[in-house]
Amino acid sequence: MSTLLIVQTLNGLQFGLMLFLVAAGLTLVFGVMDFINLAHGVQYMLGAYLMALFAGLTGSFGLGLLLALPAALACGLLLEALVFRRLYGRDHLDQVLATFGIILFLNEGVKVAFGAAPLSVPMPDWLSGSFRIADGLLYPVDRLAIIAAGLGTALLLWIVVERTRFGMLVRAGATNAPMVSALGVDVQRLFMLVAGFGAMLAGFAGAMVSPILSVEPGMGDGVLILAFVVIVIGGIGSVRGAFIGALVVGLADTLGRSFGTDLLKAALGASAATRVGPALASMLIYIVMAAVLFFRPAGLFPARGRA
Amino acid sequence: MLVTLVILFAVLAALPWLGALGVKGYVLSFATRMMIFAIAAVSLDFILGFGGLVSFGHAAYMGIGAYAAGILVAEGQEDALLGLAVALLVAAGFAAATGAVAMRTKGVAFIMITLAFGQMAYFVANALSEYGGSDGLTLWTRSTVFGQKLLKSETVFYYVVLGCLVACTALVLALTGSRFGRALRASRENPARVAALGYDVDRIRLAAYVVSAMLCAVAGFLLANQSSFVSPGVMSWQRSGELIVMVVLGGMGTVAGAIVGAFAFLLLEELLSLVTVHWKLVFGPFLVLVVLLGRGGLMGFLRGGGRG
Repeated sequence: MSTLLIVQTLNGLQFGLMLFLVAAGLTLVFGVMDFINLAHGVQYMLGAYLMALFAGLTGSFGLGLLLALPAALACGLLLEALVFRRLYGRDHLDQVLATFGIILFLNEGVKVAFGAAPLSVPMPDWLSGSFRIADGLLYPVDRLAIIAAGLGTALLLWIVVERTRFGMLVRAGATNAPMVSALGVDVQRLFMLVAGFGAMLAGFAGAMVSPILSVEPGMGDGVLILAFVVIVIGGIGSVRGAFIGALVVGLADTLGRSFGTDLLKAALGASAATRVGPALASMLIYIVMAAVLFFRPAGLFPARGRA
Repeated sequence: MLVTLVILFAVLAALPWLGALGVKGYVLSFATRMMIFAIAAVSLDFILGFGGLVSFGHAAYMGIGAYAAGILVAEGQEDALLGLAVALLVAAGFAAATGAVAMRTKGVAFIMITLAFGQMAYFVANALSEYGGSDGLTLWTRSTVFGQKLLKSETVFYYVVLGCLVACTALVLALTGSRFGRALRASRENPARVAALGYDVDRIRLAAYVVSAMLCAVAGFLLANQSSFVSPGVMSWQRSGELIVMVVLGGMGTVAGAIVGAFAFLLLEELLSLVTVHWKLVFGPFLVLVVLLGRGGLMGFLRGGGRG
């Protein structure tokens, strides 16, 4: 039981960190530009497809990643220049309609370009196998690598947002974008960079999970909704909130699915628990979100000046 | 706008008479489907367009209506009026309970909390293992009216659905024009001022939310009867999203817009998929262009000029 608990906690951590990479960009784009970007999920999918493409071409995981990241950045910048830029300041629902159109287009686009069948990205040898954490406790190296990459990126993002001039402008933008513009900052350029790097982070998440999940059209849709859950739990515009929210969602979902039914058995008896357990486990994150919104409608860590 | 509606309904009423001109059963059943989704879109537009409440969980109410039809038929209760009454009551109860919680939030938090309740309903439907669970449930017969299998005929069913659409439209038009509707519309613009005038904004919004949920349950009840099938898929968040897209595509806050949006969405989907399996490659950019080139959706273009 305790080994299983440790393994599932690590799985939850891995899932949460991957969600964080997607949610970080989403919360900044929303917070800074006041822009609801439903197309953020397809940027995660694009990252996975670009990884499949470049890893296939170069035959190397590392080289593939090195090429996929700038390509994901380029896709983000292109979308920003073509569509997003014209939607800032529009009604939220107009943004929803337009970015929903982008989802349809790109989900179908990858189907045309790569086929409807799921692709798989081969795991490099140096990430295969298992790592012995303790006696009788093996954990796959690739998942540990994803955890490490997620933590590393979170740290890097924290340094950029909290310790650099660019990060200062991003934080100021999340609090009051018109004021930042009035102070003479080139807001257009700031928006472009936030959208581009947000897309790259989502693409990075997609690329990192491509060896352990199947790469297929529509793979970003579910992740998009979870990322929205994360950012409203954490508080819109807050990277710290997205980090905490992502871990809460990742751990609650994974642990709820693995142990929820067993815990319920004690309270309800075996037959009722096997009926209710799985449904309740799937609902858990939504129950958490509804509770957070009920007591703190602005989320746990709203960007300062927003609440 | 009333003119648009009258023309629309007249064309719809005449459609089955065009049988001699080669209108096949397929067209009739597709038109029935369009009208069912139009009812759902009108119901959502009532709170979204007029009340400014963006519900991202409206498919749950469609699902409640559909499951009311499915479960009652599976239990041997085939009467349509009973089914409809159950659908309306359950939808009203769920909407009153979740709406009371959701009214505490606004803006994006409201969107997400309605999504949360919608997802909860979706997972409950998945857990209904006696009624098909995630595989769904086949209705072995359409609902009956006083023991008569009236709805079995596609033409009769078509006119019943058209009648429901006309009734829902009339109800929403009457409500938005009433004192209650004016207060609701005003609360979209400036809730503080409406409250200062002595209205209880939360109660007005909650009442509108419940009415909207009940109308949407009617659409779900009809949908289950038409397709003889219900599955949790009716309640998925994608379906809720599609309903929002229909309303925004047509033009929020105009009843005709919701109907036009639902028709345009389903018609384009159907026509484009006849041309190419990759119809979304055309439909996606079309949605982007509707937003970039105009304001107020398709009704904005109809009203002239696009850019308003």
